[in-house]
This record gives sequence, structure tokens and C-alpha cells, in this order.
Amino acid sequence: MTLKPDDEVSIVACPDGPLLVRGDVPILTPDGEPLPRRRRTVALCRCGKSTIKPYCDGTHKTIGFRTEPELPA
Amino acid sequence: MTSSTIDDTGVVTQRPAPLPTPRGPASAAVVAVLRERSPEGDPAGLMAKAIGQADDLLRDDDVQLAAFCLYELHYGGFRGVPDTLEWDADLLTARAIFEGAFEAELRRRAPRVDRPAPRAEDVAHALFRLTEADDGPSLSQYVARKATQEQLREFLIQRSLYTLKEADPHSWGIPRLTGRAKAALVEIQSDEYGAGRPHRMHSAIFARTMRAAGLDPSYGAYLDQVGASLYASLNTMSLFGLNRRLRGALVGHLAAFEMTSAVPNRFYGNGFRRLGFDEEATWYFDEHVEADAVHEQIAARDLAGGFVEAEPNLLGDVLFGASACLYADGLAGADLLQAFTESRSSLYRPA
Repeated sequence: MTLKPDDEVSIVACPDGPLLVRGDVPILTPDGEPLPRRRRTVALCRCGKSTIKPYCDGTHKTIGFRTEPELPA
Repeated sequence: MTSSTIDDTGVVTQRPAPLPTPRGPASAAVVAVLRERSPEGDPAGLMAKAIGQADDLLRDDDVQLAAFCLYELHYGGFRGVPDTLEWDADLLTARAIFEGAFEAELRRRAPRVDRPAPRAEDVAHALFRLTEADDGPSLSQYVARKATQEQLREFLIQRSLYTLKEADPHSWGIPRLTGRAKAALVEIQSDEYGAGRPHRMHSAIFARTMRAAGLDPSYGAYLDQVGASLYASLNTMSLFGLNRRLRGALVGHLAAFEMTSAVPNRFYGNGFRRLGFDEEATWYFDEHVEADAVHEQIAARDLAGGFVEAEPNLLGDVLFGASACLYADGLAGADLLQAFTESRSSLYRPA
């Protein structure tokens, strides 16, 4: 893990999966309205096929979604 | 008689389960000790005998119900049964005999998984590959498209065995883990338990679904209805959860469980919507679509991956636990699906 102790918000780019968001960051509509946030850590859709966008519903696994190869650490 | 309360804010308070009706000599011996504290009973001997005579240990009603009763002493217990019987030597001996045979059977039957390198990302990748290959007959698609109202009720009854104490078996793992894996497990479990809001506990949300379907949401109300393979699925979790040496298997089990949940729950929710259930009733399934899409990422990488990096010698057990989860839950799902497609009840006894 590369999280620093003082990191308030972190986004984990999950390989072949969503963006995992930890920390208190507002998620808004284009008009600035807050979107429902039902849990502390949320997964944002990255494959574009989720039925509950902007959140992930696991659909990426059923459509063979692949992210670009990760850069070497 | 109902034995749970749901208050105006949706907070559910459960009482200990009622004792179930025995299904054979082993469960009769266990229930007799619990009910009468009869020291002349021989639950260990009868457990061993029943195991020896079982055609299929995971589908043996007598053995699996007996084991459930032994495990339940470590959870909420039974109404009218002294708390001290949790550590009764004869009952613990019976449990040990069951666990020896049950673990061996699970290890024999759960498909072997190719070992990845003991690095978090490789472990996560292997688990995603394993769970994505799990394409047995789909109960969730049947529920989405075809299940009748009565079959949905049976589905809820069968699921209630685990779901009314959802997440509890894996909580046994918390003091047994450390570092990244421990933080990951607590992060997942906190969400399961409502993150400080008791009415949002998954077990409480499921109680709403049961009530919407006209069922009793009291814990243990349907112990006489639940089938053997459903008991085996829960007993698998309790086996892993209550034995510290199997903490690797517990980690793998939870990872596989979370990784096979989001997509099926979308189908389950669709099935209940198709038959006219409202948002209150489908909240449980909708919640799991979103929650488990988060949990599976944490479970694969931070929980299972982090655990293997801390305890690489237990990599094999993590894979076994994941495979055993898919196997045991697959068997329970297949039994339900077969009953549904043959238009017969899946219940051991009518509700």
C-alpha cells in the first residue's frame, strides 16, 4: 500500500474494474446536486455499462471489460 | 409467535432461535442434550455413526442440522438452552467429529485452483478468474425470469438461515487477522452492519423483505423448512470462522462470496420487481448490487491479497476457502433450482 497517513481521499484504479473511492469527497451531478452516497467507500463505474451509474454494479465482469495494462510500479 | 421486533425506525432485535425438530439420530441426540441437558446421551457417537452412514455428507439432513445446532451455540444460541452448553465437552467432541469429516469432504470435492504468486494483485486476479468461471446453472436468472410468488417465498425462507445473521460468520476472523487484511475485513463488515446505523444492517433490510413477502423475520423461524445443502453452506462458513487454523479459508470464502454477489442480486431484485414487490422489498437486493461491487474489490485485493502477503504459507487455504464457497453455495443453489424447475417444494417441511 502506498497510502500516506494524511491522505484524506484516495482513488484506487482497480485493474479491469471500477475506481474505488475512499474518503469524504462530494460526488455531484453537473448541476452541483449531490448524488446519493450510501456508503463510506464507493466504486465508480469505469466500463460504462453499469445499471446504477455512476456507481459500479459488477457488470464489467460479464462483458470482459479490460483496463489498459498497468504501468510497472 | 413472533420473536423478533422491528421498531418504527427499522431496527431489528432478534431473540435466540427456537430448537428445531430433529431429522435423525445425530440431530436428535444434540437436541436432546440442549433441551434436557441429558448427560446419558451420546451426541458424539451418534454424529460419528450418522457421518459413516451418510450417502452425501453435504446433503444429509440429520448431520447438517446437528452441526448447525452445535454451531448456533456460538452465535445467538437457542431459547431456553443454558449459555454454558456452548463449551460442553460432549457437544464440542461431536462438533470436532463433524468438522474432521466435513473439512475432508470439502477438500475432496471443491475443485483445485491453480496457485498464483503470493502477491496481492496476483491473488486478486486468480480469485476474479475463479469466480468468473463459476457458471453453474443460474438460480438468479431463474428467479429473474420465471419464479412464481410461492417460489420467491421459498427462496427467502432458505436464504433467511444465513441472511438474518448476515456477515456474522466472517466476523470471527477479525481478531485473527492483522494489518491490511484486518482493515479490509472490518471495512467490509462495517458496511454489512450498517456503518453505525442499525436499521441499515443487511440482516435488518432482509427482515423487511421477508415481512413484505408475508414471512416471519424472526431468526430461526424456519429451521424446520431449510434444506440440508443450505445448512451445509452455512456450516462451511462456521467451520472456517470458528477454527483459527482455517483463517485462510475464511478469507478466501468471504472473497468468493462477495465476488459472486453483485450480479446475481441484480437478477434477484428483478425477479421480485417482476412479481410486483416494491422498493421496500427489493431494497435488500438493490443494496447488495452496489455494496458488493465495492466489497469484491476490497475482498479480492486488500483482504485476500493482503492476507496472503502477510501469511504466504496459507495461500493454499485461501484458494480452498474460495473454491469451497463456490462449491457449497453452488450445491445449495442447484438444489433450489432443481426443485423449482420440477415444480416441487424445496422445503424440508411445508411452511
